[in-house]
Amino acid sequence: MYIEKAFVESVEKIGDKIFLMKVFSPAIAYIAKPGQFCNIKVSENDFPLLRRPFSVCDVDGDYVFFMFDIHGEGTKILSSKKNGDTVELLGPLGIGFVYDDDYETAVIVAGGLGTAPFPFLIKNLPEDKNVICLVGGRSKKNIVTHGLKNIAIATDDGSDGFKGTVIDLLKEEIEGISKKKLRIFACGPNAMLKALQKYSIENNYDCQISVECAMACGFGICQGCPVDSASGDSYLLVCKDGPVFNVNAVKL
Amino acid sequence: MNSVDLSINIGGLKLKNPVLLASGTVGYGNEIAEFTDLNKLGGIVTKSLSLKPRKGNPPQRIVETPSGMLNAIGLANVGVEAFINEKIPFLRKLDTTLICNIAASSIEEYVECVHILTGEDTIKAFEINVSCPNVKDGGLEFGNDLSAVGRITEKVRSVTKKPIIIKLSPNVSRISDFARVVKENGGNAVSAINTLVGTSFDIYTRKPKIKNITGGLSGPAIRPVALAKILEIKRNSDIPIIGIGGIMNWKDAVEMMIVGASAFQIGTVNFINPNAGVEILNGLISFCEQNKIKNISEITGSYQI
Repeated sequence: MYIEKAFVESVEKIGDKIFLMKVFSPAIAYIAKPGQFCNIKVSENDFPLLRRPFSVCDVDGDYVFFMFDIHGEGTKILSSKKNGDTVELLGPLGIGFVYDDDYETAVIVAGGLGTAPFPFLIKNLPEDKNVICLVGGRSKKNIVTHGLKNIAIATDDGSDGFKGTVIDLLKEEIEGISKKKLRIFACGPNAMLKALQKYSIENNYDCQISVECAMACGFGICQGCPVDSASGDSYLLVCKDGPVFNVNAVKL
Repeated sequence: MNSVDLSINIGGLKLKNPVLLASGTVGYGNEIAEFTDLNKLGGIVTKSLSLKPRKGNPPQRIVETPSGMLNAIGLANVGVEAFINEKIPFLRKLDTTLICNIAASSIEEYVECVHILTGEDTIKAFEINVSCPNVKDGGLEFGNDLSAVGRITEKVRSVTKKPIIIKLSPNVSRISDFARVVKENGGNAVSAINTLVGTSFDIYTRKPKIKNITGGLSGPAIRPVALAKILEIKRNSDIPIIGIGGIMNWKDAVEMMIVGASAFQIGTVNFINPNAGVEILNGLISFCEQNKIKNISEITGSYQI
């Protein structure tokens, strides 16, 4: 883990209020793993006070990419960064996806900006794995497909692809894949993950979910990001024990 | 070798410098050690310990506010036994002073925790948390009751010879009365201030942004309050003060010492810059050198009013 002041190479608008930031961060680029995140200080003063957590979206050589939408003051500042500006990264943090063991097909299930960690995962998947990407959103303008491949889309309003939730789409698409040989990788809003968790556990699917939570430090000292363990007896921390969990490990 | 003597003595507790990491912002030391050299610091104060493990409050536990944050962690901690078995071995290896923070739901529990822990050589002092705003039982119930604070100090005093620091709440009308009671009952120092009770609501859902409804406000937003409370204690009592509240950099630390703090704790800034303690220490040394201050304790209470 490093604290690295990083130069912004570019901030590109890739969708409706959705941006992709490319920063020069060799130390973090070298060790980051798919599913990990960085906690980013967007300004050099005390406003906003806290860092903001962002999934490592992709890594290319010495560059790290982050995908974000304008959600509040912090992301507004990020979206206005220009080439040569700086941000301060703390990372890479957390436990990412387990993706290089025994399965055949990676089924990626993403809702909205939940696609953020997957370009990097897809790039790192062993060559013998098949990939299908199921991407959901409220409407066509909420669909993000950057860095994905073999994509099927679901929208709540039917404006693009399948009409319905991405979990409904998953239920249709999964028919054709042998259950023993697939692994689901998912990231998205809590409601989506909850529905996916129920479905995966009922059908005994191998599934890993990346959970989102407000947090302060990002490395376990503030205790601000608890998620119930499956038994409910204790809390796990999204920042340190996750953000990627086996679907059976947590109670959403 | 520093040309400045950074060491301080707070009611018998010797620290190599006045920089302490505040309870609840450093866990049990191991996570933050990835980012900073704890051996350079004056000391660390553990996350509040209770007799038995506490799960803590359900999420959402934190929310950012203007120049600050609200938290309602609810004293999540491993409990005294796991602390001794699992956390002390790491802490023992550090060359910094370990202060153990204790939180409890009853006077008996405070006493029992200190009684069990006082035999641990690694622990050099106890900070008694009588001011957590985020738990139903104990916490502030004690913190704004003058006689309860006096009784807790007296009872804890009876089971340990190590320095006792009582962590005071700012959510009281006259904090200096509490400092005097601590002194009268055998406490060695006070730390001030704990967080201020605050809340924040979502205007669309009309629900509180943290599950506990209220939380403790920390960060630079509370620094002026902390300074005023420390000054009030300093002008009304001679008990040593460990200042806490919104320090972000060395200038804030100097200001806090000027109004009366012998040492200080940094908290929220650790979440943003886990190396802040070392940076603040370096800033303090430069300030002393430039201003020909030979002994850092000269700054304490040096206000000109």
